[in-house]
Amino acid sequence: MHEVGIMEQLLAIATEHAHKEGASCIHTIKARVGDLSGVVPEALAFAFDVTAKGTIAEAASFEIERVPAQCYCTTCQQLFQPSTWIHECPHCHEMSHDIRQGKELELISLEIS
Amino acid sequence: MCENCGCANSTGNVHLHTHNAPHLSQPRQVEVQEAILAKNDHLADHLRQKFHQQGILTLNLLSSPGSGKTSLIERTLTDLGLDFSIAVVVGDLETDNDAQRLRGKGASVVQITTGSVCHLEANMVETALAQMNLDGVQLLFIENVGNLVCPAAYDLGESARVVLLSATEGEDKPLKYPTLFKTADVVVLSKMDIAEAVGFDRELAMENVKKIAPQAEILELSARSNLRLGNASIQSRTGLESWYDYLQQRYQMISSKKTSLEAIKPTSEMIFSTLK
Repeated sequence: MHEVGIMEQLLAIATEHAHKEGASCIHTIKARVGDLSGVVPEALAFAFDVTAKGTIAEAASFEIERVPAQCYCTTCQQLFQPSTWIHECPHCHEMSHDIRQGKELELISLEIS
Repeated sequence: MCENCGCANSTGNVHLHTHNAPHLSQPRQVEVQEAILAKNDHLADHLRQKFHQQGILTLNLLSSPGSGKTSLIERTLTDLGLDFSIAVVVGDLETDNDAQRLRGKGASVVQITTGSVCHLEANMVETALAQMNLDGVQLLFIENVGNLVCPAAYDLGESARVVLLSATEGEDKPLKYPTLFKTADVVVLSKMDIAEAVGFDRELAMENVKKIAPQAEILELSARSNLRLGNASIQSRTGLESWYDYLQQRYQMISSKKTSLEAIKPTSEMIFSTLK
């Protein structure tokens, strides 16, 4: 369950930004989690409830924007969305390892006051 | 509700937070757009640069607990210890059993005991390396915590990632734990000396690795014997020799200094780098 460690990092970044802005309360945290990031959104949400306690984000709502996987097929020279972890091009059936989207693990924005 | 700012961070009229800064009447939006693991990744990049400058080939070894990571390093120290100066960083939740096994084989070994942390992070590696003299070191093995899930997300500054899949684990591990296998530069099928005894379907395992990790080189070996394994093109080599060939080739790339830092970045790094 490395989501707790990741959430601690996220809150550290969020808190730092809030303080920099002179805010003392975080109302909303928006994060982006890719389907290939190895992070389970539900586990991250659970980790938020535990980790945010006693911080200025304690009452914040935590929103996750999920990013589907997207690969590039070098043979067909086009993007495709794999439906499973087997990244096979639907057109030529070659395996792709060129991941263009889906690994994201980012803090997008905050709502503060 | 807080009377000053209207935030929900209070119960009744009791403040749960201090107003050390004046609130604006309306909450406002701040764009951040920052990778959550940026701190780890920056440090990993710094370590990779340092290893590259010193001509050190660094391998991050990942697998389930008990797949043979320590045995493979142990055997490598025995066979290559005279040709290479080798250092090892070992990560475990508790005990220094693995480090003790590896000491006395001519390598400098540092154990990282993570307590309850289920993976290694770049700062742990940096701390461990501070206890080690890297002068003259050519190969650095980082034996990650035995875990097929969590270590995948953490770049440690390695030149390559080696994921072990032992014959005793079953052929479908790559399908069950795709995240980690997706980041592999090499997949080592280990304990192949007992593959037949445990009913391990080699072809099926290969097929599964190729489906999930088409980028990875596949090696088959046993750290306990000089098995002749592998495909027709390397019939003359034992599994271990193929592993040593791989290490030699990768080491040459780094030590020649002609190779750019970009060229030696592991697969995982290339996937994650788009997000930095």
